[in-house]
Amino acid sequence: MTSGLAVHGLSKNFGGLQVARNLTLSLPNGARTALIGPNGAGKTTFANLLTGVLKPTSGTILLNGKSVGKMSESERVRAGIAKTFQITNLFRDLTVRENIRLPILERERRTNKVFCHSDGIPELECEIFQLLEDLALTPLADKPVRGLAYGQQRLVELALTLALKPKVLILDEPAAGVPSTESHLIVQAIKRLPADLSVLIIEHDMQLVFEVANRIIVLVNGAILLDGTPQEVISNREVRELYLGADHG
Amino acid sequence: MTNATDQVSIRRKMGRLAPVLPALIVSVAAAIAFILFPYDLAFLTRIVIMMIFVLSFDLILGYAGIATLGHAAMYGCGAYAAGLVSLHLASDPLIGLLAGAVAGALIAWISGCVLLRAQGVALLMISIAVTMVLQETASQARWLTGGADGLAGITVSPLLGMFEFDFVGQVAFVYSVCILIAVLIFCCILASSPFGLALRGIEGSASRMRAIGTPVYRRKVTVYVIAGAIAGIAGALAAQVTGLVGIEVFNFSLSADVMVMLIVGGAGRLYGALVGTLVFMVVHHIAAGIDPFNWLFVIGFMLLIIVFALPKGLISLPDRLVALLRRKP
Amino acid sequence: MSIIFSIVVDGVAYGMILFMISVGLSITMGLMRIINLAHGGFALLGGAAVHVLSVRLGVPFWIASFTAVIIVIVLALVLERLLYRHIYGFGELGQVLATIGIVFLMIATVNLFLGSTILSLGAPQSLTAAVDLGFKTLPLHRVIVILAGFIIMASLWLLMEKTRFGIYLRAAVDNKVAAASLGINTPRVFLAAFAIGAGLAAFGGILGAELLPIEAYYPLRYMVLFLIVVSVGGLGSIPGSFAASLGLGILDTAGRYLLPGTGTIFFFLAITALLALRPQGLMGKAQ
Ligand SMILES: Nc1ncnc2c1ncn2[C@@H]1O[C@H](COP(=O)(O)OP(=O)(O)O)[C@@H](O)[C@H]1O
Ligand SMILES: [Mg+2]
Repeated sequence: MTSGLAVHGLSKNFGGLQVARNLTLSLPNGARTALIGPNGAGKTTFANLLTGVLKPTSGTILLNGKSVGKMSESERVRAGIAKTFQITNLFRDLTVRENIRLPILERERRTNKVFCHSDGIPELECEIFQLLEDLALTPLADKPVRGLAYGQQRLVELALTLALKPKVLILDEPAAGVPSTESHLIVQAIKRLPADLSVLIIEHDMQLVFEVANRIIVLVNGAILLDGTPQEVISNREVRELYLGADHG
Repeated sequence: MTNATDQVSIRRKMGRLAPVLPALIVSVAAAIAFILFPYDLAFLTRIVIMMIFVLSFDLILGYAGIATLGHAAMYGCGAYAAGLVSLHLASDPLIGLLAGAVAGALIAWISGCVLLRAQGVALLMISIAVTMVLQETASQARWLTGGADGLAGITVSPLLGMFEFDFVGQVAFVYSVCILIAVLIFCCILASSPFGLALRGIEGSASRMRAIGTPVYRRKVTVYVIAGAIAGIAGALAAQVTGLVGIEVFNFSLSADVMVMLIVGGAGRLYGALVGTLVFMVVHHIAAGIDPFNWLFVIGFMLLIIVFALPKGLISLPDRLVALLRRKP
Repeated sequence: MSIIFSIVVDGVAYGMILFMISVGLSITMGLMRIINLAHGGFALLGGAAVHVLSVRLGVPFWIASFTAVIIVIVLALVLERLLYRHIYGFGELGQVLATIGIVFLMIATVNLFLGSTILSLGAPQSLTAAVDLGFKTLPLHRVIVILAGFIIMASLWLLMEKTRFGIYLRAAVDNKVAAASLGINTPRVFLAAFAIGAGLAAFGGILGAELLPIEAYYPLRYMVLFLIVVSVGGLGSIPGSFAASLGLGILDTAGRYLLPGTGTIFFFLAITALLALRPQGLMGKAQ
């Protein structure tokens, strides 16, 4: 039995289009893995297969040795697999603080409670405060999310998922749309994460990838082209031609 | 960190007080109405009952964002349950209310398990179909429901054994207002609870709620059952106060009216439900008193104006005016 | 044997009426993603116009009907430009409320001028005469309704499959944004589809007046029925609407003949079950 997430023979077809081809890999606890590849390579689809948004055509996904294949999306989150959305998906009418409060309450299994106040637990409120500080969102805390700039919304997106304290954290292009002056907040947030956490980061910004990842997987046309250390990936000619040399789509 | 704890505790103190205010406002308004319109108590009682009904719809539409056109199903079941209980089992009004709540919750649970899996048009249609099934059943099961003639002669014993229901309707009015206040306080508590926040999250983005681990379907069923119980209470009250239940309680137009009242007032805000009901019922009373079809002109134009000019309902009018005034000078 | 024959004939005729009235609703709901509760209003207005022309002004029935359909089409063009165009952009709820508002205004207008009683359309006596089919006799009205239904289905099929407009319409139903980016003038397509749908509703309302009598509350009374046809058939699917109309027409009629009383209950239970299992309807696109 391996600890962490293990994927075996995972495939996904959309009609005739094969978007994941027999993917086998493991994301052990403590790993900092980056998933890169051109647009349309199937990175988001792979993330959605892990979180249960999509059902695979075939293959198995094990978390700490146990299959999560039959679990619904929310059960997988409760088991510890969480992801951010590539296209920001937030509660637009709620304030930033309320947005962050929701995943925290959910993590504490409290969203079925009627006879108490949603901000009634000081420890949880302090946790929100800390997350807001970490991502420099404190001045915006009581503004509705719909009024925020897109880059700020990206940070809230990250905050929601961090608030879940997952065991496996999947970040789908967290820095896309974040001004370069603020992308260090994302790097710092990732560096602050508990060491035993498994992080899978999908990202086009190679500088950010090199800063946080100690392993890089290159996905092309739904198949793994290369899986190795950052040095191996940079020095690989095929990758340079296919991806790094070309326009970052 | 102390700063955080301070902020948190101030927030909490304000939050605790929140449910008291609306209850106070409703009591004062009801007292004034009671004194000013002593001969219209029957009509005022109808408004109060409708407010309870619309509040229950606000929980599912305004908070959880579930649009149905079949909310009369729960109201009707509550009305029949209360009527039958008082005719055959016990005449105590509170037992009747309890029966109404249970019936409303039960039908909400059974139908909710089916219809909350659907969305959009399919959801609207299933909710309509469920109400139609109930209406036809009520009209066919003559032995139980009296068929198209309905249940008549429903009487209830004195409230709490002390207050006899009088002809003018004073007890009925006070009784209904008390229930409204209780429901309103409950809704305020719910709105500020973790569950209430989760409902607003579902309204905002169900896919995001799933991604943070919420069993969205289960939460929807829960709120549907709660709203069903409250709608059942409203139906039970109506049965007790008028002494009648007919198959019209399942009319499509009742479900549509409830939606209209809520949107006119402003969905997702409890005051909106109250204001919308009041305005709708009063305008209806006046316009329909002149000519029933006149009323359709009035409500038709009112709806178009609301949808085009005030999409967040009458309750947002003050905000909108303030915003307009600020922009002018 | 004879009862089955009656059920089939009445059910098919009833289904054809439902089809003519609902198909436009299905197209607009599939195309513009709008929940238009006012669609039955076009059938009412068509019927009311025929009543005024033929009963009050003495215009022959068929000329009156033709004129009424034209009037409704023109009215629909105006309404689309003035109101519906803006309603497309609203959420589901805004659409429901705005179009309910429009229904109320239509009902109130008809009542203001014509009252709230059933309006006779002054159809010629010959329509109720029986036609001998050799083995059976049928009222001419049923024969005409059924023939008209098939003709309309066939013309819609030709329109959709064989004309440029049909290609545009299908493309727009399939993917509005992609269609617009291909240079299709989608607002124009919407306008035309809306007007055709309204015209068909008027035609169906006039032909079907014997089964669904014209009176001020018509659009509300039958609204649920039309919406059921559309959602069971699948939004935007013409064959779906056709199949659903015939199926529901026959089912409803059979229920009335064979299970007076409980028939309606089974009718609505069947619809609930179908929509619960297939929310996209018989032939709708899966979401
Ligand atoms: N729901 C879907 N149905 C059909 N095709 C899809 C769907 N989702 C994604 N695709 C296709 O799958 C491919 C991979 O998409 P995606 O996983 O989003 O790529 P990436 O995130 O690597 O850019 C693309 O060609 C996309 O068009
Ligand atoms: Mg992607």
